Amino acid sequence: MSIQPLATETEPVPASTPANTRTRLLTRVWHDRNGRIGLVVTGVLVLVALLGAVGAVPHDPIAQHPDDRLQGPSGTYWFGTDQFGRDIAARVAVGIWTSLRVAVLSVAIATVIGSVLGICAGFFRGWVDQAVSRFVDILFAFPAILLALAVVTALGTGWQNTAIAIAVVYTPIFARVSRGPTLSVGNAEYIKAQRVLGTPLPRIMLRHVLPNVSAPIVVQVTLALSWAILTESSLSFLGLGTQPPAASLGLMVSDARSTVANAWWTLTFPALAIVVAVIALNLLGDGLRSALDPRRESRS
Amino acid sequence: MKHDPNTPQGSAYRNGTAPAGPAEAVRPAREPVLAVRGLRTAVRTASGPLEILRGVDLDVERGETVAVVGESGSGKSFTALSVAGLLPGGAEVTDGRVLLEGRDLVTLPEEERRRIRGAEIGMVYQDPMTSLNPVMRIGKQVTEGLRAHGWSKEAAHERALDVLGEVGLPSPRALMRQYPHQLSGGMRQRVLIACALAPRPKVLIADEPTTALDVTIQQQILATVSRLRDEYGLAVVWITHDLGVVARIADRVAVMYAGRVAELSGTRRLFTAPQHPYTDGLLRSLPTPAHPHQAPLPQIGGSPILLSDLPRGCPFAARCPHRADHCTTEEPPLLDRDSSRAACWFPRNEWTGKRLEVTGRAQDA
Amino acid sequence: MLTWRWFAARFGGAVLTLVGVTIVVFVVLRTIPGDAVTASLGTESGTLTPEQRDSLNHYYGIDKSWFEQLWTWISGVLHGDLGLSVTSGKTVTELLGTALPVTIEVAALAALMGTAAGVALGVLAGARAGRRTDSATQGAALVGLAIPEFVVGTAVVTILAEVFRYFPNTGTFVPLTTSFSENMSQVFYPALVLAIPFAANVMRTTRSEYVEMAEADYVRTARGKGLHPGRIRRAHILRNATIPIVTLTGIQFGYLLGGTVIVEQIFALPGMGRLLLTSITNRDYPVVQGTVLVIAVLFVLVNLIVDLLYRAIDPRTRAA
Repeated sequence: MSIQPLATETEPVPASTPANTRTRLLTRVWHDRNGRIGLVVTGVLVLVALLGAVGAVPHDPIAQHPDDRLQGPSGTYWFGTDQFGRDIAARVAVGIWTSLRVAVLSVAIATVIGSVLGICAGFFRGWVDQAVSRFVDILFAFPAILLALAVVTALGTGWQNTAIAIAVVYTPIFARVSRGPTLSVGNAEYIKAQRVLGTPLPRIMLRHVLPNVSAPIVVQVTLALSWAILTESSLSFLGLGTQPPAASLGLMVSDARSTVANAWWTLTFPALAIVVAVIALNLLGDGLRSALDPRRESRS
Repeated sequence: MKHDPNTPQGSAYRNGTAPAGPAEAVRPAREPVLAVRGLRTAVRTASGPLEILRGVDLDVERGETVAVVGESGSGKSFTALSVAGLLPGGAEVTDGRVLLEGRDLVTLPEEERRRIRGAEIGMVYQDPMTSLNPVMRIGKQVTEGLRAHGWSKEAAHERALDVLGEVGLPSPRALMRQYPHQLSGGMRQRVLIACALAPRPKVLIADEPTTALDVTIQQQILATVSRLRDEYGLAVVWITHDLGVVARIADRVAVMYAGRVAELSGTRRLFTAPQHPYTDGLLRSLPTPAHPHQAPLPQIGGSPILLSDLPRGCPFAARCPHRADHCTTEEPPLLDRDSSRAACWFPRNEWTGKRLEVTGRAQDA
Repeated sequence: MLTWRWFAARFGGAVLTLVGVTIVVFVVLRTIPGDAVTASLGTESGTLTPEQRDSLNHYYGIDKSWFEQLWTWISGVLHGDLGLSVTSGKTVTELLGTALPVTIEVAALAALMGTAAGVALGVLAGARAGRRTDSATQGAALVGLAIPEFVVGTAVVTILAEVFRYFPNTGTFVPLTTSFSENMSQVFYPALVLAIPFAANVMRTTRSEYVEMAEADYVRTARGKGLHPGRIRRAHILRNATIPIVTLTGIQFGYLLGGTVIVEQIFALPGMGRLLLTSITNRDYPVVQGTVLVIAVLFVLVNLIVDLLYRAIDPRTRAA
């Protein structure tokens, strides 16, 4: 729960033309040093998570090997074993899968609902804007982790509920991030012209408004993903997220509390996985930000 | 950075042996307050150092205004910043001298340079809206410069009140307690001038201070500065791209092109008999009452020079209607020409009678 | 001078938000499956006679309609009555009264340490922008933000126990008023854990503001006056950077009030976070409801104060 989701962190960045953004975004991220590191590490983590998901790991992550309790890292157990003799490497891989699954689902929900709310508020103004802004203000009145805890309390544990809880936290942020640029685009002469010409509203929003607000949203997505990973592991650490015996990075750290004094690997590897994932997504966000913002010189 | 053999290093001007001229003379009769000699400034870029100033020569006497004109990228602002010692990071003076009453500022250590900055050389900047600290009261912004140069608190306060009145601001006492956002652009520019003049400097460098203001305010500021120049006996360097401002305020004019002074002349003489073809082109592109309505104004052909890709010889040669073979082989030094100085191998007297060719459509007869 | 119109609008907005918050808290926790009676009695609730159940339902007020319950809750809130804890039998107000000071103390200490370290490092990095010190500090900040508090907390507890034979989470909590030194030894480490991401955030803002302000035109004006570099840094660069830093610090402090759950759990501090977590596990919903509400109210108030402070230190927001 280290990173508070600060919506103010990304200023709305002017969008380049959509075609440009689509074809050259990855190339431009690649040219940014931070972006390149973020892209590569994120790619590796996704790969590991997928391996964990399909079970292509050296050992069964739930299988207990009573004879091999608290073994240090070795050729058999790359990251050692925990107090039940379970393979930590396999559990880390599955744990990354758990975290990414929750993060992607929650951020997807928040992005869709939040952006639609924000774009509608910015585009239609009037009472729609009033209603959305009030709603956003109320959700912003809760410290992020508290809101997640409250939702989990109401819904119960389990990864889908964790995802919904995180989505609730992030929805107002996406609403706020997409509302600002929509307000300024809505004022632009070419949008007014489209409305006068009688272009259907959904078409105006898809073709003209969305491309202009997509840049800040894309950047916010990477930051949201990293915060979602932190929150998922925190909730699991508190016993309110993923339930044992399923593997989760937060749960593994929680288990390690009793063993870390004699077996450093029980804490180190799951903790490292979280830190690496969060840093990689942040660097990727940095890279995207400079790639999408023509005013920023790429730092290389 | 080595000297380019084509720059006017050994000119007679530099040795101070030149004879005194008429009232509008090019050469000052006395020792100039500020003298710039062969000044070179370079900035670091990704592809190595880039020379912005390629040997600038200039001097300003007590009580006179020298205007420095030129297009964007000609080096006029860099000249101001180099003289004041306010170059941005990555830029530095690589050669030449900046003499303030005979003392070379370029070689001074930063701490001594700081004592001169503000105290003896005042600066006024282009954008009055952003050049004042938004969270500091006006009074403090005027007095802090004085305090930095050893004035007592009371003396600084008295002086600030005086100088705010001198620059034409009403009720200085109330003004001292206000913040910049409470003032109009013209008033803020006057505050900036007051800040610069408060420590009674010998030199005032003004970097396009009226560009951001509307024309009436601009005229008032010009009049104020001219009056204060006479009262204080200031040596004023006025940087601008506006020839109208030049005509109003300057005693002499330095026209800059591609990081060098292309022509240095008395104001009247510059407007009546420009020596350098570039100056001539600039003047012809000005609208005049004599100019027929709706006829296109003549332009200087070609595009401004790229400092990163300077040709051999005269940097103006490619755009010059009087170009000769010699121009593309050797860069002309700043030479004495008929009581002006011009960096041109074939100045006015060589081509008078010929008509400057004009690109674009032909002028109406 | 603050404009009254602005103050009224801002204050009115805050009140409106709080009303919304109260309703949201109520609605969210009313969707919970299972009711308070089942929660307090557990499996024994199955043995209740219908009469007993009815009287208990009446006691907890859940025999009334949904709207009536909301009204009872809101009017109770307005009178400072947040209901009864179903597990301990104490009033929620009483429980919050002992927990709140602990959380505020930890959060304030963390904010203090985090701000001091963050501003110092931010200025250090900003003044050397682009150089090695800068990139090292920025890298450290990124790591500081990425390491979860439960990892740092676990590591700190382990190191204290293994290396210093000190066990911060044993023994009872000593209030600040009883013994300053004992209290500090209990509060310092959790605050330190919270201070790390706090400092990292403050550092990043300070650095970027410093770099931006250092390039401002008025800083060039100040240099042109021949001011001493130290004075330029203090009176011009930092003075202007203070405004966004104060805002960020305030907002972060607000977040901290609700973000102490993990360290309170790890260090066994009897604050709001621990109270919340225990009551979630015990399905003690009146306490959950009260805790969430109080934290949200504090958060809104802190943001209001930050706004006021912002207006007070930025002359541009005053009437011209």
